[in-house]
Amino acid sequence: MALKHVNAVIVGAGAGGGVAAQQLAAGGLSVVLLERGKWYTASDCRKDDLRNQRTSVLGNNSGPDEERNPRVVVDLKGQERVVLPSQGAYSNNAACVGGGTFTYGAQAWRYQEKDFRMATTYGVPEGSTLRDWPISYAELEPYYERAEYEIGVSGDVSADPFHGPRRQPLPMPPLPVGREHGILKPAAQRLGLHPFDIPMLRNSVPYGGRPPCMQCRWCVGFACEVNAKCGTQNTAIPAALATGNCELRTGCMAREVLTDARGRATGVAYYDADDRLREQTADIVIVSSAAVESARLLLNSKSKMHPAGLGNRYDWVGRNLQGHTYTGAWGLFDFDTYDDIGPGASIAVCDYNHGNPGLIGGAMLANEFIRLPYQFVSAVPGGVPQWGRAHKDFMRQWYRRSIAIQGPTQEIPIAESRVEVDAKVKDFWGLPVARLSGGKHPKTMETSVRMAEKAEAWLKAAGAIRTWPKLAGKGTSGGQHQAGTCRMGDDPRVSVVDKYCRVHDHDNLYVIDGSVHVTNGGFNPVLTIMAIAYYAAERIVKSRKGRGV
Amino acid sequence: MLDDGRYGLALGHVKIHSLRRRRFLRIAGTATACGALVSCGRQNTPWRFLTAAEGRTLAAICEQIVPTDQTPGAAWAGVVNFIDRQLMGPYRRQRDAYRTGLMEIDRASVSKFGKDFASLDAPQQTALLESLTGGAQRFFATAIAHTMQGYYGDPRHGGNRDAVSWRMLGVPVIPIRGRNRYEFPRQGA
Repeated sequence: MALKHVNAVIVGAGAGGGVAAQQLAAGGLSVVLLERGKWYTASDCRKDDLRNQRTSVLGNNSGPDEERNPRVVVDLKGQERVVLPSQGAYSNNAACVGGGTFTYGAQAWRYQEKDFRMATTYGVPEGSTLRDWPISYAELEPYYERAEYEIGVSGDVSADPFHGPRRQPLPMPPLPVGREHGILKPAAQRLGLHPFDIPMLRNSVPYGGRPPCMQCRWCVGFACEVNAKCGTQNTAIPAALATGNCELRTGCMAREVLTDARGRATGVAYYDADDRLREQTADIVIVSSAAVESARLLLNSKSKMHPAGLGNRYDWVGRNLQGHTYTGAWGLFDFDTYDDIGPGASIAVCDYNHGNPGLIGGAMLANEFIRLPYQFVSAVPGGVPQWGRAHKDFMRQWYRRSIAIQGPTQEIPIAESRVEVDAKVKDFWGLPVARLSGGKHPKTMETSVRMAEKAEAWLKAAGAIRTWPKLAGKGTSGGQHQAGTCRMGDDPRVSVVDKYCRVHDHDNLYVIDGSVHVTNGGFNPVLTIMAIAYYAAERIVKSRKGRGV
Repeated sequence: MLDDGRYGLALGHVKIHSLRRRRFLRIAGTATACGALVSCGRQNTPWRFLTAAEGRTLAAICEQIVPTDQTPGAAWAGVVNFIDRQLMGPYRRQRDAYRTGLMEIDRASVSKFGKDFASLDAPQQTALLESLTGGAQRFFATAIAHTMQGYYGDPRHGGNRDAVSWRMLGVPVIPIRGRNRYEFPRQGA
């Protein structure tokens, strides 16, 4: 039985797809939202320190299915191996309604003005594909504001002098601060830095019909049991469904985007929850599956007219894969720093995002979320054994007397860091799996080391009696901050989508997620993904007005 | 090359895309596992996967990784129970690694000291673990990671008995916040 034709089919119910579905449905379009994962509640995802999206040694708590979704990863030596979602190299985000927003730490950063024009600000380093965005901070500002107000953000950025101009303050005040905040704030001020309360997609007061955060220790990686964390699963997607114009189908794995003889997208072929092949036709197709899977879907959508996949005429789909190079430092104190007050991360500085002599970009630095005991096991500094009595002593002595500061160093994109589809390995449905390869630009590594030094200096100023850096490897990153694989640009020869997220050469095919980021800022990317979804969806709705929708 | 060792996962196994083939392999895998259990004398072992002798060796290794001092160590905390339980689930791809690794460590112990690993005194055990090379060393790295998970992880998985490590660290054992989704381990689990 053929499925009813709709105005838009969206693949992926995460940050981008969820917002796009809501905006299109509210604009009167009929929408089918396909999600390969399930719609979980907190009751389905126990607070399990060994089985969650952050620590997945016993598996993930919100997808994807461990057995059905392998990937191939090629390391820096060219060795390739099959990896499963719970393994670190997989670059897993999530597969569920809400996507990563269901379990994220929920930091709600706007990129800074310079983050949109990195090439103009710094020049293009050799070996990189660094470019400016085709849109500016100012163009995106109203949509950042919409994301902050419609999804819900708490915090106070008024003490941060580095953020771009904004018309409105954040809609919710910051959460009450914990002990680490009290230790780190005066230290940052003594260093001449500008500390402030991290903006978070987390209720600090009742908002959107949901209660405030209860400040438990189970935050990043976990589903929020009181629904205080604001993701698309408890904001945009329920709102989309409430319009009556949107149908959400879970357990649906997209196989390919279908096109006609003229190259127009006609719909999506997918395997439904019973693994039956279905075709959903639509006027518009929107791919919102996150940087790895969106690229994979376009690359797997091959036809006579598009032998290398859709949008891939100039071989850019899947390139410029980037996440963040997280570095920072640990500090040990001769007094208790642990207070069991979540979420933990609460204070940040943006003094080092730009303006670092000799560096390109930088990172926001913030204290880390509450560490569950197992996460502290590998935190030991050089000289302390990894096992035995001395390791146990270290755990006992320092678990409650330590602070970690870290930051997402902005990566300098390179074409070699990429997503391809593997020639041999198939997933459960027989679809070629994503194949990740490449590394990092030397400037990225250089900046990341310097950011670790800054973190160490902050900890020392706060009274740490011992500090040591947390550094990052040179392998390609992706993970929960994955971005860049369908970059936005005006020139079709060096980009995949135009400034409205529309795939070049296809006037009804869009990519709306982190894939379109030209660069990924020195910040957690989710608020930018949401803002771009508001921006692109508004344009789609407007362009259909007068056509009777 | 494509087998990452840790999971014993070969290309052929993930290329499967027909349900029938998957089911067959799952059944075949279960049959193989049962065969191993039966041949090792299931009645004589308190464990799900490990033999009694393997359990004894593993307990001694775990106790080296997190020894007893003023706080009970890994053996008391039930880390062997934790690992054995995970070998039936999330660690199932490492069953061979355990079978081979435990055998190699006992073999090295016999050739060096004339006794199996669990019968050595603690300094001899430490010396032996520090001297491991090759596959045995890689297995020990896996055992370290798993022991830490069993000792410091949530008691619901069968280790960290009485939340012994959380008490040691000073983490509130009965969380005032977040307890709705908290589950205490079943007795004997």
